[in-house]
Parts: sequence; structure tokens; C-alpha cells
Amino acid sequence: MFKTGTKIVLSSLVAAGALASIPAHAGKTLDAIKARGQVVCGVNTGLAGFSQADSAGNWTGLDADVCKAIAAATLGDANKIKWVPLNAQQRFAALQSGEIDVLSRNTTFSLTRDASLGLHITTPTYYDGQGFMVTTKSKIKDAKQLKGQTVCVQSGTTTEKNLTDFSKANGLNIKPVVFEKVEAATGAYFSGRCVAYTTDASGLASVRNKEAKNPDEHVILPQLISKEPLGPMVRRGDDEWFAIVKWVVYGLLEAEEYGVTQANVDQMKSSTDPVVQRLLGTTEDTGKLLGLDKEWMARAIKASGNYGEIFERNVGPKSALKLPRGANNLWNKGGLMYAYPIR
Amino acid sequence: MSVAPRTPPAKRDWSWRSQAFRGLLYQIIAVVIIGGVAWWLATNTAENMRVRGIKSGFDFLTQPAGFDIGESLSKFDSNDPYWKAFLIGVSNTLRVAILGIILTTILGTLIGVGRFSRNGLVRGLCQAYVELFRNVPVLLQLLMWYLLFTEFLPDVTEAKRIGDIYLSKGGITFPKPIWETGHLFGVAGLLAGCVVAWFYRRWARSKFEATGQVRSMFWVPVAIVFALGVLGWLVGGAPSQFAVPAKGEFAVEGGGALTPEFMAVLLGLTLYTAAFVAEVVRSGISSVARGQSEAAQALGLSKGQEMQQVLLPQALRVIIPPMTNQFLNLTKNSSLAVAIGYPDVVSISNTALNQTGRAVECIALIMLVYLTTSLLTSFFMNWYNAKSAIKER
Repeated sequence: MFKTGTKIVLSSLVAAGALASIPAHAGKTLDAIKARGQVVCGVNTGLAGFSQADSAGNWTGLDADVCKAIAAATLGDANKIKWVPLNAQQRFAALQSGEIDVLSRNTTFSLTRDASLGLHITTPTYYDGQGFMVTTKSKIKDAKQLKGQTVCVQSGTTTEKNLTDFSKANGLNIKPVVFEKVEAATGAYFSGRCVAYTTDASGLASVRNKEAKNPDEHVILPQLISKEPLGPMVRRGDDEWFAIVKWVVYGLLEAEEYGVTQANVDQMKSSTDPVVQRLLGTTEDTGKLLGLDKEWMARAIKASGNYGEIFERNVGPKSALKLPRGANNLWNKGGLMYAYPIR
Repeated sequence: MSVAPRTPPAKRDWSWRSQAFRGLLYQIIAVVIIGGVAWWLATNTAENMRVRGIKSGFDFLTQPAGFDIGESLSKFDSNDPYWKAFLIGVSNTLRVAILGIILTTILGTLIGVGRFSRNGLVRGLCQAYVELFRNVPVLLQLLMWYLLFTEFLPDVTEAKRIGDIYLSKGGITFPKPIWETGHLFGVAGLLAGCVVAWFYRRWARSKFEATGQVRSMFWVPVAIVFALGVLGWLVGGAPSQFAVPAKGEFAVEGGGALTPEFMAVLLGLTLYTAAFVAEVVRSGISSVARGQSEAAQALGLSKGQEMQQVLLPQALRVIIPPMTNQFLNLTKNSSLAVAIGYPDVVSISNTALNQTGRAVECIALIMLVYLTTSLLTSFFMNWYNAKSAIKER
């Protein structure tokens, strides 16, 4: 009896020792966030419409709004965010090392990234595709006219590989000029070093709007050469946090589908629709299962608005970027955005 | 004063208070600490990566790279493996480094010597050059040259034509000889010329030491190499086919080309480092005692002979060690090329790092490349330094 007891004590000591040697941030991201009072969110250093800081240091954009919704759901305050602007190469290391809690930085989901980086992809917040921007002067109408041409591209992106695949598949022998910084790549394109600049179509619209001296002198070719589902990523090893990020995004989609908006969220709490009741936590406590309280989604919607509002405000036809809703419309309106049911 | 009888050297004192023992102890402690820190860093990194499920290892090097490289000396296809992409990156780095070192040595020496000129204008210009180029950060200089090339040259579709050379934002495109087997004879001729020139110099030196007759030690060997090269080329059937560039619909096609990225990196690094080399050369020449110069004049040597025969050989001893530093700096500064889109080893590694996520491995490879090239450069320069040092017999 005594012997077994010692064994148990010993083995639990060993187990405790083994656990202690694992770094503290491998689990319990939510606890760390609550203790810190801040969600640390990795965003793009500056991509109009997705994440961009104004002169007062306020971040706006689709990716930034997702972070705000997460902060509102977990901490109850969309301002409790520490923003960490990252370039394409820094982003994964920052998430792996625990410097940030969530990476919301127009990052493409792919098998390699999901399976070999020690990271999880969550769910897309923007369905994009890679395109080309050329000058109207060049009279290029089709991406296949880029035979033997130089194309400016930023390193550390899936873009480089897509460009090569496209060039190879069509026998175009495109010459890439690869820059470390996006500003250098676009700068070289605008100076005329490259005939075309390539990145995700949303990025092209953003660059044309923000950096071109005269946006009308540049055309984005209609042809898209890849699928680029963009969305937030989290670190592996904390399934609870993974679920929270995923379900906040689903919640934003669900809110749009059922007509809950930033403005009417308080009135909707008295709605008789059981889906809305569950979403806003008036009947079932959906938040409890995620380790949150029942108001989690109500606060998130109040902070950022539903997905449709986020899209319209930042990148939609009425915004500066003027991107059509297209594939990013809800599933029942001809798009791909389909939230799993919150129940 | 009596001479002390010679005693055999005392046995080394190894008691724990002895200097020898303490010295050994300190060395052992230092090695253990350094080794321990290295071991801890390595195992801790490996353990953390394992815990977080990050794949590691160098097995990705044999996978197909899947990306294209804008300019390379040998042909690269996106289906080639990662290690080949790395080699292309290394060759691009070395291309800039070697050409840069040669050009920088020539330019730096000219400017360094120019600062002793009796012509005030030359002296002033050389000084102005040094002060201007060494006091502006090299990254800014690279960006400036790149901007100059890409902003002010005409568009590719409106390339400026000078003879068969085209100048545009796509770089310089020029006629390139088409390689034929006949060229092999030319190359063989050049090599034979080098050997003959070496023997000629040996013969001329022994003649000079025996009779005092002065023979050209530079122009005659150059003529020998050149003449034998041309002879070999003629023997090979004088192949003179050139790939002449022509204006296509959207770009200048055919011929050889230097991209603006390559030119900006080479020019920027050369001009920057030459300013430092000039100062090294100046300090070397200043270190030679004034009497040497006066003695040379008393012997009736010309100003050129004085510099070539008397001052520079003695100055070299002071020049070579700091010169090694400048060569290493130039090689390492070439990693800044990534800022202006030149596909050097850093740029390729960045891409590989992103495609595979193997950050530790890719950074380790970059470090290995620079360490190897730097050590090789140092090794060569140390050999040359030992060769030109004062022979104490």
C-alpha cells in the first residue's frame, strides 16, 4: 500500500516536472489574455482596407475589426488590444514564439502552413485570388500577354509561388523581381521597373487606391490565377483559444445572416427568433462552452458590426477600395461565407 | 662574476596555486560555460519546436523549390530542388562580391594614391570623394542608385539604343558572343599566356638582378597574355557570332543583360567600400618613412618608379590586414541587396523560409554561407600577407 503511494507521488512529481518544462504560453491563452487585460493581435504593417493605423494610432480595416470583435468577446472591450504590425516574414515566427495571440493579417490558408508551422488555420474572413496590376499605357489586357516580362513581387508570400506556377503552366517565362518590403515592390512597379505588380486582388485594389499618383492609370486584370482564402491563424496546443477565434468569426457571419447589426443589437436581444436568442445569449449560454460569458457575441457585434457591415465599411463598393462582394457574400446570396450553426 | 652552472629547466609546477594550474582551470571553466550555453540553446530550441509541432530538419532541401529566380548565372527551373536555389543565391552573392572586390581595389588604390598627388585639384577631388561616400550609409546609397536607374532610364518599350546596346529600366542589354567550341582555344590561349608571362617575369627579374637592365614587368606580360589569347581564338576558327538584342513588342529580347538591381548593388558597394580602401592605401603610403622617398629620388627613379618599386611594396605590409576587413565588409554588405530586389542568398533564403517555414534552418544556412566565404577570404589574405611581409632571415 505504502509502496504504491510512493510510486504515485513519485510519478506525479515526474509528470509535474515534465509539465513545468513546457513553456507557459503553450496552453491557456485565454487565461493569459485575461491576466494581461489585452489581446495581442498581429496585423499587416499597412494595407488599406485590411489593417492600417491612422495618425492617432487607431487601427482600422477588415483584419483589424476581426481582432476588435475577438477582444470584445473575450475581454468585453474592443480597445483592449495590443497591435503588433508584422511583415510577411515575421508573422509566423511571431505567432509561434507566443509574441502574439492571434495573427489577423491577410494570411492565405494552405496545407503547408496548416501542417508544418505549428499553427492552426481558423476560418476564412476574405476569399481572395491573386491578380495582376498593369498600367493602362502598357495596353496589356490579359495576364497571358505578360510573356517574358518582369513582374514585381514581395518575398515571403504565396504570391511568388503562384506566379511561377502560372508562368510555367502557360509557358510565359515571366521574370520575377523579388523585394523584401511591399513598399519597395510597389515602388519599383510605379517607377516602371516592372511591367506588372502581382499580389492578392484585394491588395492590388488597396495599393492602387493608396499609392498610385493617379489610380486611373492602372488596371487590375480581371483574371485571377489562384485561390487565396485569407483569415486569422492561431498557435497549436490551445484548442480552447482556437475555438474562440473560429466561433467569433462564425458569430459575425451568423449575425449578418439573421439581420443583427451594430445598431440594432440591443433591440434584437428581445427577438423571438431562437437562433438570434442563442447568438446573443438571451436563452442558452453559448459562451460558457467556449470559456466565455453569455454576452460574448453581443459585445463582439456591438464593437465591430456583423460581417456584412465590416466588409462594407472597409473594402466594399462604397469604401475607397470599391471591391465587389463577390465570393465573400453569404452562402444564401451566392457567396461562400457559410457559418456553422451556433447551437 | 661567476657563471652559474647550467641546471636542467625546473619541472613545471602543477600545484593548485601555480600559474600553470590556474591558467588551465580558467580555460576549462570557460570552455565548459561556452559549451553549456551552446548546448542549452540548441536543445531548448529543438525542444520548443517539438512541443509546438514545428517541423524541422534539412530534408526540405531536396524538395522542388517551386519558385523562379529573376537572374541567375546558370539555368534555374522552378522544379529544381531548394539546394539548387540556394546555390544560385550563393553564386549571385559571389558574383557581386568578387567583381566588387576587384573594382573596389582598383578604384580605392587610385583614389588613395591620388591623395598624394602634386595636383591640388586631384588631391581635393579624392578627399571629397572619400568624405562623401564613406559618410553616407551604404543602404541609402544602394537605394539611391536603384532609384536613379529605375526612375530616370526610359521605359522598356522605349529603350534607348546606342549601337547594339539598349538602355532601359530593364537594365543594359548588349550583344553577347555565342559560345562555340572555337572559343575554347581562345581560353586555352589566355591560360597559356598567363604561364608564359609568369616565366617571362621570372626571367626578367633574374636578368635585372644580374645586369641591372630594366624590362617592363607589366605591359609586356599583358601583351603576351593578350596575344596568345587572340592567337588561340584565331586557331579556333575566329568564331564571331554575336547574339544581338532586338526590340520585341513589349521588351528588349536576346543578348546579354545586366539588370538594374545587379548594377545598383555592384555600383553602390564598390563606390562605398572604395572610400575606405582609399584611406587604407593612404595610411599605408604615409607609413613609409620619408627617407625612402628621398632615397628613391636620389637614385634617380621617376615618380612612377618610386611609387611602384619603393613605396607601394613597403606600404603593402600596412595595407593588407585592414584591406581584408574591407573585403569582408563588402561581401557581408552585399546582403543589403535584398532591399532592392537582387536575388542574393539572403533573398532566396527569405523565399525558401516562407515557403517551408524552416526559419532556423534557413538562417543557419545564410550564416554558414557568409562564414565560409569570409573565412576563405581571410585565409587567402593571410597567406598573401605572410608572403609580402618582411622576410626575416
